[in-house]
Amino acid sequence: MTSSLLYALAGTLLCGIGLFGMLWLSHLLRKLLAFNIMGSGVFLVLVGLPQNQGGPDPVPQALVLTGIVVAIAATALAVVLIRRYYHLSGLTTLDEEPAFREGGPE
Amino acid sequence: MIRVVRLLILAVACLALTAALAASIWAIAGNPSPVNLPQLLSENLDRSGVEHPVTAVLLNFRSYDTLLEIGVLVIAGIAGISMAKTASLEDPELRTSDALLYALQRWFIPLMLVLAGYLLWAGADRPGGAFQAGAVLAATGVLMRLGGVPMEFLRPGLLLRLGLALGFMVFLLVAVASAIGGDAFLAYPPGMAKILIVVIESVLTLSIAMVLLALFVSAPVNDAEDPEEGSPS
Amino acid sequence: MTEWLLDGLLVAALLATAVAALLSRDLFRAVVVFIAFGLLMAVAWVRLEAPDIALAEAAIGGGLTGVLLLDAVSHLGSKWPREGRQRGGKQ
Repeated sequence: MTSSLLYALAGTLLCGIGLFGMLWLSHLLRKLLAFNIMGSGVFLVLVGLPQNQGGPDPVPQALVLTGIVVAIAATALAVVLIRRYYHLSGLTTLDEEPAFREGGPE
Repeated sequence: MIRVVRLLILAVACLALTAALAASIWAIAGNPSPVNLPQLLSENLDRSGVEHPVTAVLLNFRSYDTLLEIGVLVIAGIAGISMAKTASLEDPELRTSDALLYALQRWFIPLMLVLAGYLLWAGADRPGGAFQAGAVLAATGVLMRLGGVPMEFLRPGLLLRLGLALGFMVFLLVAVASAIGGDAFLAYPPGMAKILIVVIESVLTLSIAMVLLALFVSAPVNDAEDPEEGSPS
Repeated sequence: MTEWLLDGLLVAALLATAVAALLSRDLFRAVVVFIAFGLLMAVAWVRLEAPDIALAEAAIGGGLTGVLLLDAVSHLGSKWPREGRQRGGKQ
């Protein structure tokens, strides 16, 4: 066992945490945070697992680099959609309950 | 009560999935990998035109992934702009004009531009490259917007569209040109790999920065009416 | 030994910030903890000998994501959208 494997296993835990957040939390921005945490877990697995045996492996590193940039673009697009949705409906969740006024700098 | 049951079911399901993932990773880590990718890469690095292995993978050996990635980014940028609820992407009302921020960014923006240029240039033989430089350039744009520097190029006119699409277009042009020339799709002609990679990286940096910046500035929603289709903006 | 301690602490901090970002009651605080998570990820990439990803993660996770999400939080949390529902019904 090397430290790379430790990070890969941490990546699986982050995946589990993110999945739980995606399913359990109702606020859309929190779902977005969970989505990002899940993505980070996947990236850790992708880089950590191949580096377990040899040294640093540039191939998965390059692929994860594109993955990170796609993830930020997806996050930014999701923020645009969430803000538009809030503007039109006044809701911050996908349920049909009125938005509970959560968070924000008081 | 139902909430607690749901929470329990979800927690058990997620824990089971995590355990299965961890077990499979443990099993995979025990087996030796069938191919030695780092060795294969270092043997072929001379043919790629750059010295840094990550850049070589991104822009030569797996450039197909990078081409599709910039395509995805351009689509995301277009979707974001078409969702924008502001009459113009550059709305003076939405700028936060803060005197302190303005004074600070007079020092920061030139430094960040130099940093982006350095990162782009360093990609040939050190850690760095188009993605990092694009991210820094986008951050510079965000800072400029927050500080109240007018940014005329962000009006949804010709310049924005050109900036968004430039990286993808140049990349695709190189790929198709080499395919027409009788070589494989995306294979650089021998001897020209270095110069082509530098050109593609430069336009990729610009396009990535424009996509991220356009997505950032199209996020605010104000009460402006939808812009008329085809109206001058 | 020291390296294992460092890796263990870093992994523990990653998991703790991830859980805290999701469970924090205050949305603003959740986003701030998430930015800390992004910066810890950058350190983790350095430990994994991936300086390219570390650079990108530091610029994106620490800078761009933070600005985007904080902007969205202040918009979603501060005010009810003016005439939001009527607008939605009209269109």
